[in-house]
Amino acid sequence: MTGSGAQTGTQRLQRLLALVPYVVSREAVGLAETAAAFGVTERELVDDLNMLWCVELRAPDPYCPIDLSYEGGEIVVSQAESIGRPLRLGVDEASALLVALRMLAEVVPSGSAALTRTIAKLEAAAGEAAAVSAQVQVQVDKGHASDVLRSAQDAVKRGRRIHLRYYVPGRDEATERDVDPMRVLVVEGRTYLEGWCRRADGVRLFRLDRVLGMEVLDVPREVPPGAEPVDVDAGLFRPSPADVSVVLELRPGGHWVAEYYPCESVQRNGDELLVSLRTPDTRWVRRLALRLGEDGRVVAPAGLAAQISRDAAAALAQYAS
Amino acid sequence: MSRRKTERLLGLVVCLLSTRRALTAAQIRDAVPGYPDSFDAFKRMFERDKEELRELGIPLETELASPGDEDAGYRIQREAYELPEITLEPDEAAVLGLAARVWHRAELAGAAAGALLKLRAAGIDAEDAEDATQAGIEPRVRTGEASFGPLWEAVMERRPVTFEYRAAGRAGPQQRRLEPWGVVNRHGRWYVAGHDRDRDGVRVFRLSRIEGPVSFSGPPGSVAVPPGTDVRELVRDWDSRPPSHRTAVLRVRAGAGHGLRRGAVSVRPDGDGWDNVQVTFHELGWFADYLASFGVDVIALDPPDLREAVIRRLKGVPQ
Repeated sequence: MTGSGAQTGTQRLQRLLALVPYVVSREAVGLAETAAAFGVTERELVDDLNMLWCVELRAPDPYCPIDLSYEGGEIVVSQAESIGRPLRLGVDEASALLVALRMLAEVVPSGSAALTRTIAKLEAAAGEAAAVSAQVQVQVDKGHASDVLRSAQDAVKRGRRIHLRYYVPGRDEATERDVDPMRVLVVEGRTYLEGWCRRADGVRLFRLDRVLGMEVLDVPREVPPGAEPVDVDAGLFRPSPADVSVVLELRPGGHWVAEYYPCESVQRNGDELLVSLRTPDTRWVRRLALRLGEDGRVVAPAGLAAQISRDAAAALAQYAS
Repeated sequence: MSRRKTERLLGLVVCLLSTRRALTAAQIRDAVPGYPDSFDAFKRMFERDKEELRELGIPLETELASPGDEDAGYRIQREAYELPEITLEPDEAAVLGLAARVWHRAELAGAAAGALLKLRAAGIDAEDAEDATQAGIEPRVRTGEASFGPLWEAVMERRPVTFEYRAAGRAGPQQRRLEPWGVVNRHGRWYVAGHDRDRDGVRVFRLSRIEGPVSFSGPPGSVAVPPGTDVRELVRDWDSRPPSHRTAVLRVRAGAGHGLRRGAVSVRPDGDGWDNVQVTFHELGWFADYLASFGVDVIALDPPDLREAVIRRLKGVPQ
């Protein structure tokens, strides 16, 4: 959106209309700083300023309504005439910010006072444009205790190591581990702690609603320099080529699996879906297959399918006794 | 848009904002450089320019230039154009920057950036998207579904829509006609709620099940959202399960079944490395499937219909 190469004329017009009030509200401002704020190069900015300065109205009497200078790298607007204030917020602009602010107000236990004040001010400034924003809402699950989130944020800010008791449902395990926290993420309606897991020797995401216990240790965190944060925009769970490829056949009662888990491919075959997914650990697939019963069948790998048959037989045997 | 057109539109905005009285098309042509001499060519170009300015949200008004004059006049009222005064404290500006990050690379990133641009122009120093990590929290909402954009637009503009929808468990998609009241993200998934014209009732749709394009089937402003509508509540009612009301008695292997233990009513040792665990549940089928997933680590003892359902599920696993 701020990349200058593919700027449309519409975006440029919006920028030109914002540029004069940007300078006017700050009285005087540097070229470099302004270019950075608008996401353009200084050359593009100078071209914008020239275009504004050249605005000419020819009738009834010819005059140039905008007067400005940028000598010495400092922009000063001496005459802004009619475009000294920015344009009102559009409905989608006001809504994009208000929906996001209201979502944050749900998540962030601290700083919610600032959020409430900002929401009120923005609603007032947006006027009618704010009315529709309540029709769009983003809800964040609050399955976690609020002190867990507070501890996590605190540990991130102060750079402290965390000791975590964490439930892994796919394996039905309660695990203990030390984590060097990197960020708190709110993604896909859930809150996560991202950190360097000292047990797994890698970057891991921990869902806060699965935290059984969290203790902030009096030890500084040590995140290895090469630790890459998860690219949340690309999706939280991305398979690795080293993962096992699992193929499942799903009857209508099991179609939810295709929506619930990130699948590599989904093929429809009459009433059945054939889905394939990649996973580093097939233990959760065994549990999933038992849960699906006749609504799902593991097609590949064959060894996994055989294991699942044995799992089911063993579980049933306990009911026979 | 060519440079000349940008210059012309800029001139047009400045001209219509500075005029105290509405200007006729002919007066505008004389005042704003860049229009062709032929009046017909000018009129066509002017019509398109007006449309473009309105699409940008610029309140261009049409009125009679003077009493008895048939020629329409045009102007932009300052009060309608200008963003009202707004000042933010540093902590408020910080959360505003954080809010703009929420839509990073999602459908609304452009709208959020546009809003931030105008607020910066109003003198607010909102933090830039790249250095807001000191807040210690990174919020993101994704809008991967292709239908999100048109549905957002439909809700903003109050327009009815038509789309193909594949309901759960159904083989083929069906056409649905909806007056959308709102869009809600719940558990990370997008839903649209509104009045279904064919079913004549309130319905909720999951965006990921919409197939193909979403098309508008009416003009802006033609959807009336009933006063007091809480779209979030509609989606919650549709999506959530009734409260738990039955109690199950289970044998759970020691050290296993943590998910069950977390919400348990009681956990008592039951000898031989097993515990007796009591939990409440609401929907038998769903809960039986869940218990089956624990395999040899959980045995359903009671009630009998739950026990039978777990056995049936396990017997169904392909051998």
